[in-house]
Amino acid sequence: MGAPVYKVRQSAARIGIVGMLTLPIWAGLVQTLAAAFGWIPEMGMKTVTIQAIWLLLEAPGFWPALRLTVVTAVVATLVSLLLAFALFARLGGHRPWFVTPLLATPHAALGLGLAFLIAPAGWLMRAFGQLLGWTSPPAIVTVGDPFGLALMLGLVVKEVPFLLLMMLAVRLPLPVGQQMAAGRSLGHSAASVWIKVIFPQIYLLIRLPLFIVLAFSLSVVDLALILGPGVPPPLAVLLMRWFLGPDPAMIAPASMGAVLLMVLAAGLVMLWIMGERLLAHLGRGWLRRGGRGRSLHALIAGFAAVARLALVLGIAALGVLALWSVSLRWPFPHLLPDFSVMAWQAADWADPFVTTLALGLASTAAALVLAILVLEAEDAGLLPRGRWLTAVILIPVLVPQIALLPGIYRLALPFGMTGGFGATVWAHVIFVFPYVFLALADPWRRLDPRMIHVAAALGAGRARRLWRLKLPLLLGPLAAGAALGLAVSAGQYLSTLFLGAGRVQTLATEAVALASGADRRAAAAHGVVLALLPLAAYTVAIWLPRHVFRHRRDMLTDAAP
Amino acid sequence: MLHLDRLSVSLPDTGPIFAPVSLVVQPGQVATVMGPSGVGKSTLLDAIGGHLAPGCRVHGDVRLGERSLLSLPAERRRIGLLFQDALLFPHLSVGDNLAFGLPARVKGRAARRTAVEVALAQAGLAGFHDRDPATLSGGQKVRAALMRTLLAEPRAVLLDEPFARLDAGLRADIRAFTFDHARQMGIPVLLVTHDAEDAQAAAGPVVELLAAEQFPSGFRR
Repeated sequence: MGAPVYKVRQSAARIGIVGMLTLPIWAGLVQTLAAAFGWIPEMGMKTVTIQAIWLLLEAPGFWPALRLTVVTAVVATLVSLLLAFALFARLGGHRPWFVTPLLATPHAALGLGLAFLIAPAGWLMRAFGQLLGWTSPPAIVTVGDPFGLALMLGLVVKEVPFLLLMMLAVRLPLPVGQQMAAGRSLGHSAASVWIKVIFPQIYLLIRLPLFIVLAFSLSVVDLALILGPGVPPPLAVLLMRWFLGPDPAMIAPASMGAVLLMVLAAGLVMLWIMGERLLAHLGRGWLRRGGRGRSLHALIAGFAAVARLALVLGIAALGVLALWSVSLRWPFPHLLPDFSVMAWQAADWADPFVTTLALGLASTAAALVLAILVLEAEDAGLLPRGRWLTAVILIPVLVPQIALLPGIYRLALPFGMTGGFGATVWAHVIFVFPYVFLALADPWRRLDPRMIHVAAALGAGRARRLWRLKLPLLLGPLAAGAALGLAVSAGQYLSTLFLGAGRVQTLATEAVALASGADRRAAAAHGVVLALLPLAAYTVAIWLPRHVFRHRRDMLTDAAP
Repeated sequence: MLHLDRLSVSLPDTGPIFAPVSLVVQPGQVATVMGPSGVGKSTLLDAIGGHLAPGCRVHGDVRLGERSLLSLPAERRRIGLLFQDALLFPHLSVGDNLAFGLPARVKGRAARRTAVEVALAQAGLAGFHDRDPATLSGGQKVRAALMRTLLAEPRAVLLDEPFARLDAGLRADIRAFTFDHARQMGIPVLLVTHDAEDAQAAAGPVVELLAAEQFPSGFRR
């Protein structure tokens, strides 16, 4: 086989696979962009105009929504980074138990729990009330406060475990121990070595996850509906209301807003990088002055304590969520309710549960198959290995969902695909696939190629090598990827809402809908099931490979997802 | 007979990485390729076995008997491969590792089990069928890996420094065991090593692998 043939096959496969993976994304973006400039043929609007910009800028609530969005996203991302790093420095490479449950819990469930925890009549105020002898809840606003503090808390509780996990994952190749020893032998305090030597290295390696956090915080909808202010809401929520509202004239400004949100995400990332440069410059000056940083310890310890507090709040939120779901009457300031299973009997959580599970299984299975196909194509030499593939696959995670989904919805509309189970699965696959692929790609690429060569030398063809060797060897990462996929699917709010056209009801959509209603017990019941589903998946994913390979010592080394 | 005919390899972005090698290995003979580390000894074996990464190019020819192997995928070349880490499949029992390579024409559960048990006994591993490969000693692993290779009935065997990890006492034993079995099979064996003792024990032809840049281009054409 000559090189040109090989190159041609490679380019064709490359175009085919990338096209298949990203077609809905590009199509959705183009649709959104067209609508932003007034091109909405199905509504008889076929002129290109920039009128939507003015409509957007003059729309009620736009400017406060924009300000709220930028402030909450930037502050939440910055705080999450600082807290996660301080905690990372204090943990010494050890992974605390609460990381997995907090990571696995969908935003909506955690948001509901936090709301129950910090509300004026919530569990925290009850605790104060018990101490101070209050008989009624204080008259303050804690959930949905106009500054977005509750929303930022929700984001921080969710993102600190994520960033912590990323830091733990990239730590392995770094000689942290030696650098610490070297730094301390030069008279630096441990905290000084952490901040001046280790943090800059770790930071560079977790930059991409950090930008995912920033982009996510900018465009979050479910958590914002539960914990964020309503008037004005963050921009993504405002846009969603316009998209789904009764006034078709708002589609164009809403699309323009979605485009603006994308530009905003890109602009903030660029600003962030400029800030990074500035900080690096100042940091070098600080480092050259040669201080040994003996007072830095308190700084790290302080931030780490706050980080622990935030995570304790997260775990407590899940506890309070469970309590509300089994409460009958819960007068202030009692710390425990009168228990009853009434909510579980009354609330219709079974149907959304079955729908959520089915959507999760279908979209995760599809995403796994797709990921295996792409990685096999890579092994077969049809796809060149490299970071470009990761970048392409990450697009749906980096671009605000509100900018993609209305376009994808309008793309599916003429095919009669919207509002059904199939369309919703499709939408979920778009957002589940990146996570499943990333969970699988590293362990897959780390497989010892000589092991595969030995199998081929023993006469095993491509299919047998896949089924008998690669997939069993990767059972751990496959199970972990599946659990992650189920968790991501269960957490999908906006994609279910748009492609399900409001007719597909999952635990996440129901939990968000019930959060603003009067029936806390029903909301709590949905939230509990929503939290338990991914947790159960993670538990199985940890247990399964350990059980299957309990008599195979070399298979037990890195099974944890 | 394994015949390397002016064999060299280009990686996707390089010219030939080592000077062309020509070598004939007769059935029952153990030939040795020596050379400093990094010269491309493993790449040479990959070229013979069909394991080169996509985009690499092979120059010259590899023949078994009269037939050129270059157009065949690795799984149809029937060239066994043995590495210094025995590379037993960690998810299978020792017995299933051997059964993996056993040709499909050995039919029936009992017959296949017997074939595996016989091979295990030959390697001094009787009763090891259900053992976890991770619990084997270094020497046991190499013997099990050799039996796995031979059960697949290869037409030639490539050894990539298979004794490098063993300590000196064990090394001679395992080496003799390996060479004896290969000679009994009456197939050509090609050993890659940088240990002169290995080459001596192999008692076959020895060729030195040289980096390509030490030769003017067109050398021996």
